[in-house]
Amino acid sequence: MSSKRLGFFLLLAPLVLWLGLLIILPHIDMAIVSLRTRVAPREYAPSLDNYAAFVTEPLYLFTFLRTAVMSILVTVITLIIAFPISYYIAKIAKGRSQAALFLMCLVPFWVSELVRTFGWIILLRETGVISGFLQWLGLADQPVEMLYNDAAMMLGLVYTSMLFMVVPLTTTLESLDDAVIEAGYDLGGTGPSVLREIVIPHAMPGIVSGCIVVFMLSLGNYLTPTMLGGKDSLWFTQLIYSQFIVRFNWELGAAFGFCLLFASSVIVWATLRLTGQTLERTMGEGS
Amino acid sequence: MTADLTSDLECRALTRHFGDVVAVQGVDFSVAAGSFFSILGPSGCGKTTIMRMIAGFLEPTSGDIRIKGRSVLGVPPNKRPVNMVFQHLALFPMMNVAENIGYGLRRQGVAKAEIIRRTGEVLERINLPGIGTRKVSELSGGQRQRVAIARCMVLQPDVLLLDEPLGALDLKLREKMKVELKALQAEFDTTFVYITHDQGEALVMSDAVAVMNAGRFEQVGAARDLYYRPETAFVAGFVGEANRWRGRVEAVDGTLAEVRSESGLLIRTQGQNLRPGDRVEIFVRPEAIAINLDAKTAAASPNQMAVQVSALLFNGANSRVLVRDPQSGAEIDVALPQSAEFSNLAKGAQVHISWGREQALCFADATL
Amino acid sequence: MIPSIPRSRAMRVAYGAYVTAFFMWLALPLITVSVFAFNDSLFPSLPWEGFTWGWFFGDARPQIGLFHERRILASIGTSAFIATVVSALAVTVGTTNAFLFNRYSFRGRGFLYVLMLLPLVVPGIVLGISILVFSSRVAGVVQDVTGLYTEVLRPGLPLVIAGQFSFITTIATLVISARLIKFDRSLEEAALNLGAGPLTAIRTVTIPYLLPALVGAFVVSFLMSFENFNTTLMLVGSDAPLTITMFDRLKEGSTPVLNAVSLLLMLGSAVLALLMIAVQRR
Repeated sequence: MSSKRLGFFLLLAPLVLWLGLLIILPHIDMAIVSLRTRVAPREYAPSLDNYAAFVTEPLYLFTFLRTAVMSILVTVITLIIAFPISYYIAKIAKGRSQAALFLMCLVPFWVSELVRTFGWIILLRETGVISGFLQWLGLADQPVEMLYNDAAMMLGLVYTSMLFMVVPLTTTLESLDDAVIEAGYDLGGTGPSVLREIVIPHAMPGIVSGCIVVFMLSLGNYLTPTMLGGKDSLWFTQLIYSQFIVRFNWELGAAFGFCLLFASSVIVWATLRLTGQTLERTMGEGS
Repeated sequence: MTADLTSDLECRALTRHFGDVVAVQGVDFSVAAGSFFSILGPSGCGKTTIMRMIAGFLEPTSGDIRIKGRSVLGVPPNKRPVNMVFQHLALFPMMNVAENIGYGLRRQGVAKAEIIRRTGEVLERINLPGIGTRKVSELSGGQRQRVAIARCMVLQPDVLLLDEPLGALDLKLREKMKVELKALQAEFDTTFVYITHDQGEALVMSDAVAVMNAGRFEQVGAARDLYYRPETAFVAGFVGEANRWRGRVEAVDGTLAEVRSESGLLIRTQGQNLRPGDRVEIFVRPEAIAINLDAKTAAASPNQMAVQVSALLFNGANSRVLVRDPQSGAEIDVALPQSAEFSNLAKGAQVHISWGREQALCFADATL
Repeated sequence: MIPSIPRSRAMRVAYGAYVTAFFMWLALPLITVSVFAFNDSLFPSLPWEGFTWGWFFGDARPQIGLFHERRILASIGTSAFIATVVSALAVTVGTTNAFLFNRYSFRGRGFLYVLMLLPLVVPGIVLGISILVFSSRVAGVVQDVTGLYTEVLRPGLPLVIAGQFSFITTIATLVISARLIKFDRSLEEAALNLGAGPLTAIRTVTIPYLLPALVGAFVVSFLMSFENFNTTLMLVGSDAPLTITMFDRLKEGSTPVLNAVSLLLMLGSAVLALLMIAVQRR
């Protein structure tokens, strides 16, 4: 065997071990577990009962759809908030202030999600800072509870996701030559038309990769919905957690896991198809 | 004030500061309708600043810009009747050729069918029919150039601005595009304002050239005038090649003068308002120097000397001889005539060189 | 919309105000958490009871400061241990992956590349349960065959490390690849030409060039591991890392000691971030 081939296999081995043992086999096994049902202690039979339960039990399906819809909503809101910020950093701020602003966007995300969520709890709860501030202003005459509802949860999710939108957007917008924007105006374009025909098409890879990551992180988030959401804001990951850890019903939990994986894959795939991007370009070599 | 009706573009006392830096200082010029006007200058001289002020991407600190007699100050770039070909062309990479060319028409709300018709028409005129569906990235350098011009010309602007568009091309293509640009300008019959640091481009294509230095116009005129009758030392040095000597005026007789260069060479020249003791710069173009194998024909000239060939720089029609004056040690650059007489000229050969008074351009030394 | 396009003053002011508001919004929760670390009260909430260092250094009930809280200190240690192991593994495998994808073209390269990216698009909690399910099956098989109880395959530190490693490696690979792509192969050829062997050339030329990316990948991996929650939650055993400990404490009802921990985390992260920037500037 030539040394070139040896080198190739030495480099291939860790990749294959990693993906095989930690990604592919576990998922195959999870699929197998999700496709069986317990008939007696330590005795299982293949069946589709778990998926049937998912489809027929309204709570499961409803929670699933709710989680997906709200994750899409979080993604859209994050995009709308982040775009002007990224544009400002990439195209309007110059030199030192540009670097400083970009760094300021990163800073909160060097800190654990738990800490960020904790911050919002202190701000929003009944005895919290905002409630106190409103009372002090005289806008409220008693403590206001702003925690444990969908709005608080969305706020937390958007906050937590912001970095993953700002960074790819800023990177792609920075690569847009100022002269191209100027050419757009020079040929008679106005703010909205330049944005629509030049800036957004150019930023598309960044928009797509930002949206995919934000959507994924929201869909798979457990911490923020648990801490900031109310009793009614059930998140699909909480169902998975309770089947696995509380009820010890791994079969159903595994089926839920697959449903989550399926939903995220479908939406990621659809987004890529609709925008004509590929995973490699948005996540890897292109960015 | 009566606006000059034959001028498409007119700048008056145009000035622009960036903080303490004065990029453009009181520039005045007007460009005749349908002409090819170039602004020529070294990088950093302020020519890009002028262009961006005309296009509307920079507001002048003071002064006025008039297009077809109407001031465009305060008019945003998308409302100005000028279009610009950017330095790196700035073709929209997310659109194909037809979409690029149709972009401005779409902004004007032109009907779809009309856009298709006019796009096709302009592609015909730039000799690239049927490439509308190509991607920008699939075009060659020269094609991109022409598409960038077509994208502007389809809007029928009063003035087309070109910001060193040939800079990114290789030498061969650049030579070809020079000729083609001039032909396109004639074809569209539109006023072109062209900025460049390459004198070859400016001299070949332009009806008029403004030579710019340190924020000011040094001289505006036809290529011929700039070359043969430069008004300042900068123009003499920047436009065309020249032997350049610094020296001091030793004797004056009317407009005739004798100058001794720093290296000790005595040069007979002519000039206005020269006084003995003045520091001056002398420019002599290599092709203005006659070269002879014997002294007979050279003797009649006011400047003549016997020199030794120190190097031959062969470059086809632009071949040169470097000769050394044995007395002062000065090296002089002389054009090599393309005649059989000199085909055997070798290093170390003794030759005679000479030039006339009027060929030694004399200017007060501005660097002091 | 760029500085060279004239815009109305109102537009500029509105834009500036929006950007300012955004950054205030970003900073708000972090500042709040930090400030309440110094509140001399049993709850991290209003009213303000005065300034104290007690939640850092206090050693008597009810104000037991962070530096005297054994559970928290232990979990910080656990987190640091996990993060170190995960980062070291991720950077190692990330480097080999980067070389593999950069230096070799082989059948299935594109497929493997997509596969390599997949862990990024699998929700963390799903990664966690799949590894949990698989490892317990392997543990079951091992027990059936050999009769041995394999501690390693039960929820605990090894599984947490495996779970975090499974997706952090993708990120490390991307960070290192991004720099390796920019590497000029002719530098390596020059080293070979000057008498270095292939491995020596990589060690003396390529690796030093990659160093900023390696450090960057290590720091990013470390921070991601340290703050990971979703995957860890499914795989954790008795030795809880910090995020899990804090989560449990928060559910019980928090005291400002959690603010103190949070502030410490922020400072730690900031130091690491600065370190990384310093290395990459070089």
